[in-house]
Amino acid sequence: MADTTVMATAATGAPVALTAAMTRICGASNVVTDPLELRTYECDGLTSHRVTPALVVLPGSAEQVAAVVSECAAHEVPFVARGSGTGLSGGAVPHSEGVLIVMTRMRKILEIDAVARRAVVEPGVTNLAVTEAARPFGMFYAPDPSSQVVCSVGGNVAENSGGAHCLKHGFTVNHVLGLEIVTPAGELTWLGDGTGVVNGYDLLGAFTGSEGTLGIVTKIVVKLTPAPQAVHLVLAAYHSMEAGGRAVSDIIGAGIVPAAIEMMDALSIEAAEAAVHCAYPQGAAAVLLVELDGPAAEVEAELATVRSLCAAAGAYEIRAADDPAERARIWAGRKSAFAAVGRLSPAYIVQDGVVPRTALGEVLARIWELSQEAGIRVANVFHAGDGNLHPLVLYDDASASETEAAEVLSGAILDTCIAYGGSITGEHGVGLDKSRYMPKMFTADDLDTMQLVRCAFDPASLCNPGKIFPTPRLCGEVPGHRRAPHPAVASGQAEIF
Amino acid sequence: MTSSRTVSADSLAAACSVLREGEADDAIDGVVPAFVASPGDVGEAAALLRAAASHDLAVVPRGSGSRLGWGVPPSRCDLVVDMLRMDAVVEHAAGDLVASVQAGARMNHVLGMLAASGQEIALDVPGTATVGGVVASGLCGPRRLRYGSPRDLLIGITVVRADGTVAKSGGKVVKNVAGYDLGKLFAGSAGTLGLITQATFRLHPLPGARAFVSTTFPADSGLVASSVAAAANSPLVASAVELYRPVPAGPVSVSVLLEGSRDGVAARAGALAELLGGSVSGEPPAWWPWGIEADGGTLIRVSFWVSALATVLDAVSAAAAGNHVTPAVYGSAGAGVLYVGLPPDAGDVAGFVSSLRLSLGGPRGSVVVVAAPAAVRAELPLPGGLFGRVPSLGLMRAVKDQFDPGHRMAPGRFPEGI
Repeated sequence: MADTTVMATAATGAPVALTAAMTRICGASNVVTDPLELRTYECDGLTSHRVTPALVVLPGSAEQVAAVVSECAAHEVPFVARGSGTGLSGGAVPHSEGVLIVMTRMRKILEIDAVARRAVVEPGVTNLAVTEAARPFGMFYAPDPSSQVVCSVGGNVAENSGGAHCLKHGFTVNHVLGLEIVTPAGELTWLGDGTGVVNGYDLLGAFTGSEGTLGIVTKIVVKLTPAPQAVHLVLAAYHSMEAGGRAVSDIIGAGIVPAAIEMMDALSIEAAEAAVHCAYPQGAAAVLLVELDGPAAEVEAELATVRSLCAAAGAYEIRAADDPAERARIWAGRKSAFAAVGRLSPAYIVQDGVVPRTALGEVLARIWELSQEAGIRVANVFHAGDGNLHPLVLYDDASASETEAAEVLSGAILDTCIAYGGSITGEHGVGLDKSRYMPKMFTADDLDTMQLVRCAFDPASLCNPGKIFPTPRLCGEVPGHRRAPHPAVASGQAEIF
Repeated sequence: MTSSRTVSADSLAAACSVLREGEADDAIDGVVPAFVASPGDVGEAAALLRAAASHDLAVVPRGSGSRLGWGVPPSRCDLVVDMLRMDAVVEHAAGDLVASVQAGARMNHVLGMLAASGQEIALDVPGTATVGGVVASGLCGPRRLRYGSPRDLLIGITVVRADGTVAKSGGKVVKNVAGYDLGKLFAGSAGTLGLITQATFRLHPLPGARAFVSTTFPADSGLVASSVAAAANSPLVASAVELYRPVPAGPVSVSVLLEGSRDGVAARAGALAELLGGSVSGEPPAWWPWGIEADGGTLIRVSFWVSALATVLDAVSAAAAGNHVTPAVYGSAGAGVLYVGLPPDAGDVAGFVSSLRLSLGGPRGSVVVVAAPAAVRAELPLPGGLFGRVPSLGLMRAVKDQFDPGHRMAPGRFPEGI
């Protein structure tokens, strides 16, 4: 903090003047200073990173968010925005000397324009609430992360959330057409106008997925999609992962783009079975779920093709469901997998690496080898259609050596993904958790160039600092363009070595 | 001047093996660049931009050159970087539905290669356009309704910054949220942020069949609007909903493209024809705009929320009558984008644009002159000019300042001199 004359309160560590200003802006009941209550905000969905914020505020309007951010900027206090706190990369972990801005009070659906296929929502609205509001108009909001019941649309924008159905329908960035944001300087402005046509630079596209580091979203214009005429879910059971993988390649090779292709291995099936009694076929080494949606006339033909390709790849049991209740029962096994694995192990790490779909077989074999070498179990649940793996590394957190081995194994899995030309994260984001892997995927020049965007939006680096990038860039200097020696060098206070 | 030009030439020649002096054909809006360099790889491209930086040269990237006459001409141009030598399809991973292509590759070459595997980059752009040009100008056509614009299909990009730094973002997997997405920023940036050298796209399977359901409505924009919305919002899943009105306040033709399997498309087209009261054909109507062209005249892009379609059609008719011009209107009505075309000798085009902006001045859309003859450009009122109202201009300026602090990359091509 630059203003060293400001006294810190004994309770929170936040400057008294700042707390007073926040109370003036948001009202006393929406400013949290009690140390115990502050601790409830110490982490997001990834509980291994915990930092208690100095102050928590819950603004109720865009204007309040702008005023809160302006105060932070004026006091040079870092701030972090938080939605529902379901993120899995520590993207909403607070700053110990900063303000956590919680967006959950802003949860109004402001407008549905069914003719234009648009909804205007506040950032605290849950993902599923948008689809529910659109349903009477025969539409839905396509991006559907597994946490859609609780996760907020504002958080989805920050993370560019995916979900099982992004294989066909795309990611959040393909469905967000306008954002009202508060810039890190505290100004309200719009990126995009809801039309999908950009006038000038596509700042909307650059902002979406920037993990809360370029500003705070206060209104969102999303694209709604006509609800499909027909939806069919096929479940195919295999005696090996290889056979299931072959079916995936054959389906894609046939020119079919399913809404989702998901795969689970024996360990994750076992966990799901114990948790939700999903009654998947007995003895399966791999279960494949393929969902098809679209016009009835297309889906019926695709269904026949998918069934025969699944059988040809060696499925020993195939089930198909088209009514919503039966589909939901089958999906329950897949959707419960993360939580269910908690029954198999006291602790686990969820990874989010991506590999080219065609490399899935080799990468899974490599993960199995790594798991054997480390003596640590790995359950595999993944979006097979787009190569997005979610290896669940199971370990006992009471054992320091096992915890470390699990961390090492996790890192080795990401290294494998990078070696196959993939990514360290497909949908969870980099956040605090994976920033140390960024230099393995990108060069120093790549990271420096990305941070030019950061410098344009947030030169003071107050907006969710310390996330995504392992090494922050100093925005004041532009490499290669300094014409005179650094003032500190010129004045003799520093030397160049 | 002569000596500094010689020094620049030596420096550029050391960076790039193919270098020549600019000729009349290289002129952009009458300005002949001093040099035209054609890098053969990203190393040469980087060395070239480093050399240009050290001599403070203004740089304009060029693909096929077909869009250099669009928008505002650069205020300065010393060096044209011709990308046509970098024309390789670097990788086509058919099983992954992904292709990486150098910026100078022509779309017809790339699409031909992809078609051999039954795949495509789902953008409707001229075959002679280059990949880099398509990305930098954000070109797309009718099927934007289903597939979006280049930014939606781009999953990775390699660029050379103004100072010669080579940087990439994204990658070659479709699902990837690691780091900022520079591709979004460079898509549609018209060369003002740096030089695009390579792009990676997600591909789509080529449809097995397609059908067009077409009909013509009398001059009733309300009826047109409700039919367009019905088609675009139908669960029959249209790939494109296009509209064509040859004269203001005249009859309007609407055509809907369906793509899919042979039997599926036949059934869907039948259902849609019943819904719209149209006829089904395997071929598009003669007016179907596979590529958007200005043809030396003025081309205006009007974007809007589809619920405002009738208002937009009526506003164009009213502005045309008030300014004594007779523009044709066509475009992706179902996606909220229409183009208004006027020939070079159309009359008071600037007055027409001002009237249109006045009646469509709300925050949910824009009226942008994407191409216009110099005489029309000069008459467009400021502020606004070609671009009209641009929100977040301050942030755009800040982005430009970070990427190109010397303002040497295609200077002046963007709003407010960016």
